[in-house]
Amino acid sequence: MRPLTEEETRVMFEKIAKYIGENLQLLVDRPDGTYCFRLHNDRVYYVSEKILKLAANISGDKLVSLGTCFGKFTKTHKFRLHITALDYLAPYAKYKVWIKPGAEQSFLYGNHVLKSGLGRITENTSQYQGVVVYSMADIPLLYSAIIIYCIGSEAKDIQLPVAGSPDHSMDTQQRS
Amino acid sequence: MEGQSVEELLAKAERDEAEKLQRITVHKELELEFDLGNLLALDRNPPTGLRGGPSPEAELRALARDNTQLLINQLWQLPTERVEEALVAQLPEPTTRLPREKPVPRPRPLTRWQQFARLKGIRPKKKTNLVWDEVSGQWRRRWGYQRARDDTKEWLIEVPGSADPLEDQFAKRIQAKKERVAKNELNRLRNLARAHKTQLPSAAGMHPTGHQSTKELGRALQVAKVSTASVGRFQERLPKEKAPRGSGKKRKFQPLFGDFAAEKNSQLEMLRLMNSKKPQLDVTRATNKQMREDEQEEAAKRRKMSQKGKRKGGRQGPGGKRKGGPPSQGGKRKVGLGGKMNSGPPRLGGNRKGGLHQGGKRRK
Repeated sequence: MRPLTEEETRVMFEKIAKYIGENLQLLVDRPDGTYCFRLHNDRVYYVSEKILKLAANISGDKLVSLGTCFGKFTKTHKFRLHITALDYLAPYAKYKVWIKPGAEQSFLYGNHVLKSGLGRITENTSQYQGVVVYSMADIPLLYSAIIIYCIGSEAKDIQLPVAGSPDHSMDTQQRS
Repeated sequence: MEGQSVEELLAKAERDEAEKLQRITVHKELELEFDLGNLLALDRNPPTGLRGGPSPEAELRALARDNTQLLINQLWQLPTERVEEALVAQLPEPTTRLPREKPVPRPRPLTRWQQFARLKGIRPKKKTNLVWDEVSGQWRRRWGYQRARDDTKEWLIEVPGSADPLEDQFAKRIQAKKERVAKNELNRLRNLARAHKTQLPSAAGMHPTGHQSTKELGRALQVAKVSTASVGRFQERLPKEKAPRGSGKKRKFQPLFGDFAAEKNSQLEMLRLMNSKKPQLDVTRATNKQMREDEQEEAAKRRKMSQKGKRKGGRQGPGGKRKGGPPSQGGKRKVGLGGKMNSGPPRLGGNRKGGLHQGGKRRK
């Protein structure tokens, strides 16, 4: 277990900033306690100082996890954000997308969302913007990147498939 | 009026004196114990006025002042001397024994000789420091510099019957001495390693036998590579040899519980830079670039001067008409980095052509 190096912190911040932008400051600098990022077995954990001090007493090979896992660094030092970070991304998300109940199930099983399945969307969302996807009951389901394909110029022909989770290695679990 | 003022002055002087005395004298129930060698004053009076809950600062400060005053009064009573315009008090020997700073050293393990001597019951014999040396006719020390019986310093050695007549006996004695010294050193280091429970770096697998495993050979190879004067820095590798693994510096990370505030600050700073959307000035790169540009400018100038000088020398030498002179000069100047110009009158024509040619190339 060790703190992140400058390079690693920058890579991670760049990834997270795609979804929450400058609200990332609120994660780093919290009024209700000191939270920090620690690296253990290539995974980045967001953990409070108290828990960190307790976890330091466990030997490295026996420690499985601590705090919240935000993601992991791959062999080529790229950062993959995990679904477990959703609890921290959702409240600070800049661009949100709500999908209708009918499209929800289909989306969670990995299919694209068509424009008809889209309930609400924050305005000024640009193409390829990182968004957090909510169900109509305001439950954060997933984070993803929005891609807009325009096929034909007529309104009914415009389809807006939303790409699935960028993290293909994780199973998307339905949030109940 | 004057009388009054004089009286006033006297009264004031008296009052000042009384105040001073009051400040200097301190009343204590129990006298303090002084150890002036350590500048120590021990106050055994029970602290009465220190029950004040909120801030006993004032009482503590008064207490400290009083005790310090008493200590200084004692110091003023010591014998003094004058050292370079300063009045210096001579402190007596300290009486309090201060405790040890570091723990008691643990007993060292016995050296091999000591173990052997203990086993055999050998006691060290008391020997004299000086020994009579027949050769020089003086008392010399038993060992060390200019010792009594130093066989390496003899000027005449008889060759023993069994030895090779072409052997150098003097060199042989010097060599034997070196070997003895090296052996002694090795044993000393071994004893030291045993005392500190470490291992000597041994040359265990380094001598080539016929039966070494790949690992041993690999290790021997690594050690041999690094055993040069530059610690292996300029050793070339064979064509298909791979770089040794793990030869870089070990990475150092921040400690696990470092300064949390500092970590937070550095992260916030990084975020600020990321969000600022302005390209940040990298000072080192900028200065390096600037320095390189300056150097290039200077080099170009120098070349121009040397070209000019050579050109001028060439022209003045034979003093003939040079029609092609100016344009070729212009062409050369444009080129700037014309490379090595061989100055000399006979080659000027050729140079001109070459100059123009180069100018053409460069202009493109």
